[in-house]
Amino acid sequence: MNAYGFDAVAAVLIIPAAAAAILASLPGYRLSSRLNMLASLLTFAAALSLFGAPRPAPGDYLFIDDLNIVFIVLNTFVGFTTSVFSAGYIGHELETGRLTPARLRFYHAMYQVMMLGMNLALVANNIGLMWVAIETATLSTVVMVGLYLTAEALEAAWKYFILGSVGIALALFGTILVYMAAQPVVGEGMSAMVLTRLMDRAAELDPALLSVAFVFLMLGYGTKVGLAPLHAWLPDAHAEGPTPISAVLSGLLLNVALYAVLRFKLLMAANHATTSPGPLMVGLGLLSLIFAAFMLYRRRDIKRLFAYSSIEHMGIIVFAFGMGGPLANFAGLLHMAMHSLTKSAIFYTVGLISQIKGTQRIADIRGLTETNPALGWGLVIGVAAIAGLPPFGIFMSEFLIVTSTFARAPAIAVVFVLGLITAFGALMLRLSEMAFGEASPGAGKTQASYLPFIVHFGLVLAAGIFLPKPIVEWFQHVAQMLG
Amino acid sequence: MTNVALDIAHLLAGGLVLVSFMMLYQDRLFALLNTFALHALVLSMSVAWQAYIQGADHLYITAGIALVFKAIVIPVALHRMIVRLGVHRDIETVVGVSQTMVAGMMLVALSIALMFKVASDADPLAREDLAFALSVVLLGLLVMVTRRNAVSQIVGFMSLENGLVLAATGAKGMPLVVEISVAFSVLIAFIVIGVFLFRIRERFDSVDVGALDEYRGERE
Repeated sequence: MNAYGFDAVAAVLIIPAAAAAILASLPGYRLSSRLNMLASLLTFAAALSLFGAPRPAPGDYLFIDDLNIVFIVLNTFVGFTTSVFSAGYIGHELETGRLTPARLRFYHAMYQVMMLGMNLALVANNIGLMWVAIETATLSTVVMVGLYLTAEALEAAWKYFILGSVGIALALFGTILVYMAAQPVVGEGMSAMVLTRLMDRAAELDPALLSVAFVFLMLGYGTKVGLAPLHAWLPDAHAEGPTPISAVLSGLLLNVALYAVLRFKLLMAANHATTSPGPLMVGLGLLSLIFAAFMLYRRRDIKRLFAYSSIEHMGIIVFAFGMGGPLANFAGLLHMAMHSLTKSAIFYTVGLISQIKGTQRIADIRGLTETNPALGWGLVIGVAAIAGLPPFGIFMSEFLIVTSTFARAPAIAVVFVLGLITAFGALMLRLSEMAFGEASPGAGKTQASYLPFIVHFGLVLAAGIFLPKPIVEWFQHVAQMLG
Repeated sequence: MTNVALDIAHLLAGGLVLVSFMMLYQDRLFALLNTFALHALVLSMSVAWQAYIQGADHLYITAGIALVFKAIVIPVALHRMIVRLGVHRDIETVVGVSQTMVAGMMLVALSIALMFKVASDADPLAREDLAFALSVVLLGLLVMVTRRNAVSQIVGFMSLENGLVLAATGAKGMPLVVEISVAFSVLIAFIVIGVFLFRIRERFDSVDVGALDEYRGERE
């Protein structure tokens, strides 16, 4: 047990908590947006230091292992770049009068509360604590989705609230069932909710109870992942909230919910006697992919378009983990990381585009490469990356998923590939309208920085061309863990 | 544990399922609220009984929250809200009472069959408690699905959550139960305040959630 290592885990939680408390009492937008950036940067630095520090022994509440460290670093990194993007974006919204300073009072505090909730869910070693953390993150995002207070934003927030609450309730029922399975083996009280202790004695847990528990957890947290048919909240929440929030929803919150599912899948795998979680995950994943791929064609709103694309990609990831095996798990992890980076970067560009054009309607966004070359080509690169074109990282992960599936279940692989192609077609169709063709007039300028999305795209491109050996080995190791 | 203790626990948990059924056929908002208050009352009795037979004093807090917050404060607040919003005369469109009841019975049969099969070696109190709790959860979901009105969806969600509290208290020695029931109370308070503050009625001229679909942004 090393005090320094523990401090880094604590810092990932304490920095956002302290920042939230300070930001809630700070008036003035400029100062608080800077503080928000600083806090996010510090959290990211603390997360990075986790790599170097020796790991503390897992406690009853918090722990760090090979799986969650990847997610924490990714989470805090995207959290930081989004805070940079958010500073410029919100500044523009204030200038144009879409938001008033009074309404922004708690925006940054909520942002840090959300980061706290997500980080806590990732480092939690306790299934009860994990549930509470995900609920916290959900509640804070609901408030932010409704920020504009328009009819549409309120509808989106309401839908998100109700569906998210139902998902959370189902997940709690699953958590209770896991506790009931663990209680005779591990003993009454808190220790029967500690993940590492459950894992140690997983083989002795009642397999039937655990299987039913997993169904509830999958459906409950799956609602938050945005899997069809429980996805209804996702497009609205993405489209009507402020764009930085769309970026963290897609890039981070969906991942955190998926991380919770993975944890319980690990528990199931360690038990051996349970029904395999694979078919359920493959089924839900494939359904989401196909459904979202076809829904992409009818979108008229640019943020909704990419929201459906998030459903599609979450489907792909869940499908990969459902197939299981070292190769598919590796691809799933890689896809998760790449999707996080790419999708949040796309939302940064989309946010800038909708500010410049003054609309989110795809029909009113034309010829971007002519009027705003940097943004236009940014969008082209982003869509190429998200649609799975080489040489970007997503091409590699999708390629791996397809090849590993073809080797084991060709029939399913055909359906999977069909879904991918359908989605690809829809995205290209929309992209060609927006990026090329006769230019539509722009309404104004934006002050948000281009840097965040350039950095993200650079990383995704680099990962697609060359993935450094330590990272590959790391992912391989985690994929082995996932079984 | 004596048989009488077990029987009373069953009686109370079964009573909760029965009240859940009563919710299914209420077609007036006020009647629905009264039924929900009864639901919360039965829950608090059930939780208090569990606290007594398990000797778990902290569960009395959960019972107290159920009694004060869910059986009194929330129904009164919603009652006032309905009057303010002027929807108390609205008769709700329920998807045919008989179909809903049949669906409800099937859900209860499903949850009992599932839980008895799955938890066959758990102790009987926990197992049957779990079966009842799952029934209440599923019936709560059914209420949410068959109602189109925002207020009655909240009521459906709260009854669902009562089922979760029942499950959590039935799981012997489960930690965080009190904290979770507090967290849920906060969530519900948020929902209620949200509906009230955002004046869904004023903005949409209706608390009918169906009307919200107009604002999808997909229609031109």
